[in-house]
Formats: sequence, C-alpha cells, structure tokens
Amino acid sequence: MATLNTTPDTEKIKAREGIISILEDIQARFGYLPEKELRNVAEHTGQSLVDIYGVATFYKSFSLKPRGKHLVSVCLGTACHVRGGPNVKKEFEHSLNIRAGDTTKDKEFTLETVACLGACALGPIVVADGHYFSKVTSPKVKQIINKTREGLDKVEIQTDQRIFPVEISCARCNHSLMDPDHLVDYHPSIRVTISFERKHGWLRLSSLYGSYNIESEYEIPENTVVNFFCPHCHTELRGAANCVECGSPMVPMIVKGGGVIQICSKRGCKGHMLDLSGGIYG
Amino acid sequence: MVNLKLNGLIISVEEGTTILEAARFMGFPIPTLCHMEGLSPYGACRLCVVEVGEGTKAKLVTSCTSVVQEGMTVRTASARVVKARKMIVELLLATCPQSKVIQDIASELGVRQQRFRQEYEDCIMCGLCVRMCEEQMMAKAIGFRGRGDHRSIGTPFDMKSEVCRLCGGCIYVCPACQLRCTYTEPEKAICGGCMNLTPPCLEKEKFEDMMCYMEPCVACEIKNR
Repeated sequence: MATLNTTPDTEKIKAREGIISILEDIQARFGYLPEKELRNVAEHTGQSLVDIYGVATFYKSFSLKPRGKHLVSVCLGTACHVRGGPNVKKEFEHSLNIRAGDTTKDKEFTLETVACLGACALGPIVVADGHYFSKVTSPKVKQIINKTREGLDKVEIQTDQRIFPVEISCARCNHSLMDPDHLVDYHPSIRVTISFERKHGWLRLSSLYGSYNIESEYEIPENTVVNFFCPHCHTELRGAANCVECGSPMVPMIVKGGGVIQICSKRGCKGHMLDLSGGIYG
Repeated sequence: MVNLKLNGLIISVEEGTTILEAARFMGFPIPTLCHMEGLSPYGACRLCVVEVGEGTKAKLVTSCTSVVQEGMTVRTASARVVKARKMIVELLLATCPQSKVIQDIASELGVRQQRFRQEYEDCIMCGLCVRMCEEQMMAKAIGFRGRGDHRSIGTPFDMKSEVCRLCGGCIYVCPACQLRCTYTEPEKAICGGCMNLTPPCLEKEKFEDMMCYMEPCVACEIKNR
C-alpha cells in the first residue's frame, strides 16, 4: 500500500487503463463481472478492490449482475425519444415481461436503455446482439425478439444485399481457385487444400463475400487452426498478418479485378479483411 | 521563486505552491470545503474559485488545484468570484442543508437563502473521506462507485471491507454528516460523536492495528474501564 502512494499519477492511470481491458475480458467470458473475479483482479494487479469496483460500476458496458444470452438495447436519446423510443421500450418490457435493466427469468434476454447510438436519423434505434434495427415501431418489437432468439448471426444468402460473389486466385501462382463443378451457396466454390492434425484434404469455401459456409473432406473441429495450400502450386497460403479477432494467421488470396481478401485460418472465427487497394504484404 | 500579482500585491512565492496556499500565506481568506492539509488537492467543491488573468481573458479556476505561474494575475475576491462562490454555496445548501460546515460558510459569505429545490442528501461528493482513507489511513476501504446521479461513496459490494480498520477517519473529515453526529435523537442536538462510534469501539479487540481518529474522545477507554 505504501508503495502505491508514492507511484506517480501517470503510472496509476496506466494501471487503471489495464484494469478496463482485464474487466472487458472477464465480461466477455462470463457475460458479467462476478464478485469473485473482481477480488481476483484486485489481488493480481495489486490495485485495491475499491478502485476496481469503482471502474466496474462507472462504465455502463460492465454489469455486476448476470446477463441474458441476448442483449437488447433500446435507444432513448433525444432524437429516438421524440420519434417514439419510449413506446418501443414499453413494448419490449411488456413482451419480455421485464423492466429495462433486468434479465428475463430464463436468462435469454437482457433489456437495456442507452442514451444515444449515433444514428439519430434512423431512430428509434434498437440494437440486439450488435445488430442495428432502425425506425423501430411497437409492432416490429415481436419480430425483433423472435429474430434475436433464433440467432441474428445466421445469414440469409438469397435476400441479404451485402452478399456478393467474388472470384479468387492463388496469391503465389495466380491460378484461379474457382471450382465451377462444385457449388456452395449455388455459386462456384473456392477450392483449396487444407491440413490439420495430420489430416490432409480438400476444402470448398463459399465464394459469396459475407457467407461463411464451407464444405470439407474432413470435419474440422471448432477452434482448429488450419493450414491452407494452393491445389495448383502447393505452396502454403500464408500472409504476414494475424487475425484481429483471434490472433491466428490470416490466409491471403487474390480477388479478381484487383485486391486481396484475407480470411482467418481458425475454424469458427469470422475474422476477415477485404482490401481492394494494397498488396498482400503491404 | 515565482512572481505573481495577487489582489494587486506583487509577491514572489516558491515554485510549485498552489494559489490557495499563496493566498492564505498572504492572509487573503479563501473558503474551502474539500481541501485539507495532508490530503491531495481535489477541486471538487469549487468553493475556492479565484479569478486568474486580466480583462476578458480572466478565467475562474479552483485555487486549490492551480499552481502559481510566473506573471499571473490573481484576484481572490472580485465581484465575479464572490458571485460564483455564493451560487456554489447555494447549490451546496440545496443538496445538504443540515451540514454545519456548509451553513457556516454560507453565513460567512452572506448567503441567507437558497433558491433551488431542496434536497436532503447526506453526501456532497467532496471525496474527503475517500482521500483520508487512502492517503492518511493507508486503507483504501471506501471509494467512489457508479456515475452521474448514481455516484456514491462506500465499500465495494456494500459489504464490510476487509481493509477497513474502523478508524473513524472518514467520519472525522466529513463536512456533511454532521447530522449523524447528533446522538440518536436529532432534536437533542448534542454532538455525541463518540456515541455514534460505539460499534467500531466495541469491535476494537478484533482490530489490533487500529488507528483511531477520534483520539481526544477516549470513549472506548472509559467504557473498557
């Protein structure tokens, strides 16, 4: 304790910054901040529990209560408020049978209100599991709840405007990787060779940008980092970059028409990068 | 040494002195609430505002947190400063009217009434107790929690803190919790501060390294006799 008092203020601030990212990790893992974990953080960082508790209660993104599987935030900022945000909130409270700030008994939904999401022109805004719904009215509430319950990460290939097909070639030999005989998502697939855990086989990726559908000779277990090879020149497709989501190596491939797409080599990770200007190693 | 002009008086003080210290040294009174010698300056109560600079560029700054600078002009009791201070006292009175400390400052400044909606909070968030606990008692048992409207001072999880030695330092420095120190019946208005500290004193055996800030009270010693 005595040493803490003599440390310069800047170091104190630095230590506090560290706490935020530690708490974020805990929040990501448990969905909330359990008391036991906070005490652990205090012990390991040498900070006092009061400081950590202060940080945890200061930021709205941290919760000390267990949260539901799905997080629904209703915007009640000025613009959303005048456009009918309170009615939307009321409808959510009624449909989920909870008050704002609470979690349903089955631990499925947590309802929150936020002050502004920065999309005032599209208000009232509702964010469910990171997906934005604009111009929400009370009748749409049920629909949002149902969609969220089903899982918003499911992509609708046929209707989603954000999805378009790309043509891919090897970053080394520039040979096309497109396989018109094997269709994934009703489009020619991208054929590569993969190896993992001493298994060696083919993998076909959907050529739709935004679709994560694949077909593989072997079942790839979740979280396996896979090595990608060009089926033509047999060099490993490996770039210098690492995935920003999980840190695994990224796999670079050339997009026809110019540009590079990089996908994460870890199964289940959706990290990807589309760069239509630079080179692979630039 | 730093030269500055304080209320028209040209003075030189050591580098690193705050305006508050310089003004008090020269005998100019500045009211303070969240300031206490031995604790780090905090600038929460804003009562110690002074005017720095000249003409249209003059700014109101808290003197307890501002360090003197070469050639600066400071006025500790200009019309603007007094007006601002009176407003701050009114706001403090609106929050916490029962505090003897705030009442005293109000009467000193000639504030006879406040014009805001009356509330009866028991805390003005001056942070004296938090700094006392951390800097003098080396405990860090209490701290600020929450934000905005919900900001409060207390222990983590509202549980009895393991690092608290029940020294009473936080109560000793608190300018707002005077009401708590009026024995058990407020209308009797005896101080009875020591009576309020009975629970800590009773548990004293559990805390061998306890430091007591109510030292002249010796209530615990009388009781144990």
